[in-house]
Order: sequence, then C-alpha cells, then structure tokens
Amino acid sequence: MMSSVFDFDQPPDMAWCPGCGNYDIIKAVKSAFDDLNMPRERIVMVSGIGQAAKMPQYINASFFNGLHGRSLPAATAIKASNPGLTVVVESGDGCTYGEGGNHFLAALRRNPDITNLVHDNMVYGLTKGQASPTSRRGFKTPVQTTGVFLEPFNPVAVAVAMNASFVARAFSGDIEKTKEIIKKAIMHKGYSLVDILHPCVTFNKANNFSWYKSNTYYLDDAYDPSNRGEALKKSIEMEKLPLGVLYINSVNKTFEENLAPYKNSDAPLYLRKLDIDKLMRIIDANIK
Amino acid sequence: MKNGRTDLSIVLSGEAGQGIQTLERLLMKMFKLSGRHVFSYSEFMSRIRGGNNSTEIRVSSKRADSFLDRIDVFVPFGPGAMARFHERITGDTVVIGDPAFIEDRYRGIGYTVIEIPFLEIAKEIGGKTFLNLVIMGLFAGLFGINEDDVHGQVRKQFSLAAAGVIEKNIEALKKGIEAGRGIARSGNIEIPPEASHDVSGEFLINGAEIITLGGIAGGCNFVSSYPMSPSTDVLVNFAKYSGEFDIVVEQAEDEICAVNMAIASWYAGGRAMVTTSGGGFALMTEGLSLAGALESPLVIHVGQRPGPATGMPTRTEQGDLLFTLFAGHGEFPRIIYAPGNYSQGFDLTRKAFHMADKYQVPVILLTDQFFLDSYGTVPGVNVDNSMSANIITETDSGYRRYQVTESGISPRGIPGYGTGIVCLDSDEHDEGGYITEDFAVRVAQVNKRMRKLQSMGPDSIPPDLYGPDDYMCLVMSWGSTLNCILEAITASGRSDIALLHYSQVHPLHEDTKRYLERARFTAIVENNFTSQFGALIRMHTGFEFNRKILKYNGMPFSVEELAEEFKKFA
Repeated sequence: MMSSVFDFDQPPDMAWCPGCGNYDIIKAVKSAFDDLNMPRERIVMVSGIGQAAKMPQYINASFFNGLHGRSLPAATAIKASNPGLTVVVESGDGCTYGEGGNHFLAALRRNPDITNLVHDNMVYGLTKGQASPTSRRGFKTPVQTTGVFLEPFNPVAVAVAMNASFVARAFSGDIEKTKEIIKKAIMHKGYSLVDILHPCVTFNKANNFSWYKSNTYYLDDAYDPSNRGEALKKSIEMEKLPLGVLYINSVNKTFEENLAPYKNSDAPLYLRKLDIDKLMRIIDANIK
Repeated sequence: MKNGRTDLSIVLSGEAGQGIQTLERLLMKMFKLSGRHVFSYSEFMSRIRGGNNSTEIRVSSKRADSFLDRIDVFVPFGPGAMARFHERITGDTVVIGDPAFIEDRYRGIGYTVIEIPFLEIAKEIGGKTFLNLVIMGLFAGLFGINEDDVHGQVRKQFSLAAAGVIEKNIEALKKGIEAGRGIARSGNIEIPPEASHDVSGEFLINGAEIITLGGIAGGCNFVSSYPMSPSTDVLVNFAKYSGEFDIVVEQAEDEICAVNMAIASWYAGGRAMVTTSGGGFALMTEGLSLAGALESPLVIHVGQRPGPATGMPTRTEQGDLLFTLFAGHGEFPRIIYAPGNYSQGFDLTRKAFHMADKYQVPVILLTDQFFLDSYGTVPGVNVDNSMSANIITETDSGYRRYQVTESGISPRGIPGYGTGIVCLDSDEHDEGGYITEDFAVRVAQVNKRMRKLQSMGPDSIPPDLYGPDDYMCLVMSWGSTLNCILEAITASGRSDIALLHYSQVHPLHEDTKRYLERARFTAIVENNFTSQFGALIRMHTGFEFNRKILKYNGMPFSVEELAEEFKKFA
C-alpha cells in the first residue's frame, strides 16, 4: 500500500484485533480520499461508538467522535452548518442500525449530502459478541443462547424502499472494489449508504472471510442502478448477497439545499453575521 | 363598584378552537394603544378542541405583570365556562355574556350579570366569526377608547382580508361599542385611567417570542428540536424568522437527534439551540454530557411543565431545576439561567449564546408555561453585535483542540477554517482530541474542564435585591415568580420585606449566605413540591428557610395568595 496524506507521522496504536476487516476498510477509505485528491482540512470524519467507530482516530483529518448511535444527526448538522465540508460517517452495524435506527430512517428521508460507511460484520464486537441487527437467524451468542430468531435488518432494502439517494454494498476482502464504491459514494450528491460487509475474526465464526467469499457476488456491468424495482429485487436477495451500487436516485434535492440559509448563498454559517438592524426593525414594528 | 383600583382583571373563558387567543391579542393591543399597561396569562386544557381554556387580561395604570385570583369582568364563551370559574367569580365580579352561556343557577343570586345577545348580533352581521369583534367593541365602548383608533387597528389587523369582510368587522365592532357604552353609563365597572408610564415605546410580546428574539440577538442560526408543550412556540417562532435571519430550523425525529445536531452544529461553526420541556430534556441528557466531554457550547431552553412523566402538559411548574442541574453522567461545568421577566428573558437568552461560546459549556435556560404563554410588554431593548459572533480561532498545522490552559478554556477551532484539523472525541482524550487511558492526561483534562468554573466567576449574574436594604424579612425566589412576588409584597402592606431574586441559579452566587444572614425571617417561594432551590441553597450554605411557600397544582402563584402568606411573616 502506498503512503497516504491521511497517514500520521507516528503510526497510531490501533485497537483492532489482528486480522480484523477494519484494516482493509481503512486502506480502502484512505486510498479513496487520495485518489480523489481530497483536501485534508476539508474532510470531517464522524462516528459513533464501537470498534468501527474508532476509524477517525486512525485517519489524519478532523473528526467528531460522538455518542453511540448518534453519528448521523451529528454528520447532518455538520454538513448543514458548513456545506463546503466533505462529511464521511463511519460506524458499525449496531451503532447505525440498532442504537441509531431512528436516525438512519431520518437520514434516508432528509438526504444530507454525506457518505455513510457502515462496517457490517453481523455481530457486536466491543461489547464482546452479542447479536447485531444484521445477525443471521440461528447465530448463537452468550445472550442469544438458542440462536437469533429475529428477522435480520436489511439496510439496503430499507434504503431502496425509502428512495434513498445512493445505496451500495461492499465487501472488505476486496479493497480495490470497495475503494471504487466508496469513491462513487463520496462523489455522489446526496445521502450515500455503503454497507460494508466484513469479518469479525474474534466474535463471528459463522460469517467469516470464506463465508463472505462464497455468499456474495458482484452486480454485472449491465445492471442499471437507476431502476428502483430492480434495485429492490436485488436488495432483498439473501442467499447470495449482491455487491456494488444497487440504487441511485439523483432527483431529490439535498437537505442543505432546502434550508433557508442556503437559498441565496453557499457561505457556511460561521461566515454569516447577524443583521442587527433588521432585528431592531422587527422589534420596532412590534411597538408600532 | 367604586374601589379606587387602578387595574381591571378581565377573564375570557371558552372552548379550545373558539379563537379566544385571537381576541386576547386584539384586546391587548387595543388597551395598550389606549395608553394602558397590559398583561395576560392563558391557561389551556391539553386538547385541540372543546374543554375549557381561559385568558386573564389585566389592564392597569401601572405595571402589574402577574396572575390575579380576582376577576373583575368575566366573559363566558360557552356553556360551562362559569361553572369552571365558580370559585373565582364573586359578588364583585361583573359577568357579561350571551344568555346562552349563562346558566340559570347564576341568575338572581347576587351576581352582577349583564346579558347581551352577542350570538344574535354576530349572526345578524354574518356569523359566529364576528363574535370576537363584537366583544372587542364592547371593551372599546366600556373603556371609552377613541373609536377612530380602534377602527384603525382593526383595518390594519385585517388589511389582507376582503373589503366586505373588513366592513363587516367594523360593523361588528360598532355594535359592540354601543353595548359597551351602555354598560359604562351604568357605572358598574371602574375603568383604570391611562398608565403613568409611557407604554407607547414598549413592545407587546409573549414569552416564547422574547426567547426567540433573544436567541436571534445572540446570533442563533441553528435550531433543532422536537415539539413539546410548552416550549414548541419557540421552535415555531424560529421557523417564522428562519428566512429573514438565515437560520437552519429542523424538526428532529426525536430529542436525541435534536441535541446531537445542535452540538455538531457548534463544532462546524453554527450557533445552535434546542427548545424542549422536561420529558424531552430527559432524552437529551446523554447529549448534555457529550457537550461536557467535548467542551462544546450548547444552549438548551427548557420550558417547564408539571411532571413526572407526561404530567400536565399545558400547565406550569418549576419542577426541573435540580434535574437540569444534575442531569448528565460525569462531572462538567454548566450554567443555568432562569429569567424572571421578559427583559431578562431577552437578555439571558442572548447572553446564553455568548457564555456558552466563551466558556465552551452548555447553558440551560429555564422557563415555564406561565412565562412562555403570558403576554406582556417590554420596555425596549438595546442590542449590538457583541454577543452574536463566534469566538473561534483560525487553526494551523499544530492546532490542538484541548490545549491545557490556565483558564481551562482552549482556543476553539472549527473544521475548514485554517489549515489545522479539529478532533473531538467523547472518550477521554489528550490535547489533540485522541483517545487516551493515560491517568495523568485524564487528570489534566478533568482539571482543565473544571477550572472553567472559577474562570466563569466574573461573568456570574448576582441576585437582584428588591425592596429595603435593611430588610427584616427576606423572600428568595428564582425564575418566573419575580413579578408576582413583587406585586404581592406591595399588596401585603409590609415594608420590611425584601425579595432576593435569582436569574442565574447555577453556579450559585457567592453572596447568597451573606444576604440570608442579614434577615430575621427568611422564606422561599417556588412552584414545586420539594423546594428545589431551597435544597440547593442548603447544599451550598447549610441555610434552612423559616418558611417555604410552595405551589404545585399546575397553576402559577396568584398575587392574593402570596400577599396573604407575606402578611403572616413573623
């Protein structure tokens, strides 16, 4: 791997297990940034809590590492306060679809121009191996002792059903293809979801590297991601999971474009000044 | 009833959805234009239609901005209205209403009841919608207010309506004026003269509006909230001004989203506020703690209502002082303001933004339903841009967000302004914002955060002493009870009582004990059961009050009940 402008002078002490899929994802993310010549000072990484959520710690850029489940409201507000920033959210399946499920639904509806990379390993890592919303039926854990019996959450199908702006699925084992999908997601204007499948070497022995290898396939070049019906069909396939860009909807305006401050100006909020004379006029009008 | 009073208390009572609030505003404006001082308090049932809502309008010759038990004129707007106010309607009350709204049992038992066929009059003009204008006319006639002025007000108010509608409104007004003049001739009602102070330069506003304007003056440009009575009107008012002042206003999917958005907006250079009530604030407490960890500025408006849980959604209480003070896990500094009147409401909301920014702490603004839903006048405000601008620094490549400083305040950078990077982590972090489990770094960061408590000292707002410096009795209070206590002290005839009122309840001002020690008798007045501010004072000073005057039925204190209490002071 080539060095990246997002590397640190001193390599950070990383908290991931040896062999974790997160190491591949960070390579894909950094090289996507490098390929796109992203100016380092204009990127903001946003995350929640969990092993995936530690990603911003290891990328040399600004970050907002807030609360478990709350990365999407934070990212949405950052973009809405300064649309000139490139906002990338990284968190796990538990943080994004479990604790933050309501915010996930709201993000699909708001359509902020942010990129949401969800590390989906179908298990809770940092809390030591409980089921996640995407865990498959029958998956046994110290809490789900007889195996998971809930319907697994299907993020890409929900996103397509909600007419999301950009919906993709990737597999960390293929860094090059994952990088290309991430690049498309960043370049896409609007909310971009990339559900990134990856193995958890410590707590998920069922869905390991070879399981993903044999249970995924790439959408072929002829696949048309603008066809919502097809996208829905593809997104509910559960036997073998399709990888690639499942759906693109470029019609809806972004959240920021709809906000009052940006009707006439692109200037971020911090460059605005209160029109104190206007405020005094309004107060005076109340007197008369 | 010749009583020499300089104020008249009018209560309008009817079902939700009848437009009583429209009438309230028309009347308030009319009385004010006539040179009189006005104040009103509305109380509602938690429903959209039906039930019984009322508004009490006080028209006076001097400032009288509090709730009164006494009703001088009662106007029922539906059957059942009188029954609900049975205890407050006395032989001195003049009831003016349509015969349909006055039940037989109220006739001939000593009440002064003036029956006017308002419904019929409105119907003749064109329908029930004209009832409000007839009643407005009634009071214009009763008060002998210049008819041209009243016509002018109505024409201005309804300038967008069709010409025919305006003329019908004027017709309704005239009918009402005629009836009002008749009552005036009877001499049943004593009309307060014009106010001794000039009311023309004051503006008429309600609590929710003043919080909004104060926020705008503080440079607020981002509001994320979930609707919750009684705080929703602040969100609505910000939405109203969003286009004019370039404010991001977003109805969040829940209060958790709202508070996280607000914190992140500050991170990216916005000046953000959330508005909520106790239950919504409960959902925000993890976010409050996040603001503490990130040292993020944040302004939270909590419009209190009675709890626990859903409680009484449209009623008033001061039950969340200790909750807002102790909410949020872990230890971090915060500031809590509780405005006592509308001038303070404006100033403190504005100041909340500045203090939040200056010290990088959450600032909580505590109001309540009484404060938010009352209407009153503010004697003008003076604003400049000194509290509306971000206190931020342009970053360079060596920038560290949590640089340890003597004051505890680290220069605040935002991403995209400068060449540096700005790293915030909810985990304990080092100066650069990176996760650490180093005990020495932990201690350095805790000390840094908590040093801000000392640094804030000079900006602390001292309590206001009202009344004699050499008081024998000292009443203490906080927040919205200010005006009522002042009026009640006057009404009690006791010249040895002073009031010490706190608009900053936390951190508690260091002079508190000194004030208490000077009094022979001390009392605290609070709209709650447990005397939360009293507990806080005891915690800091060890001081116990001689008397606790507490009310928690969902209504604000009345002047009369407090005056009775004050008279009993030893």
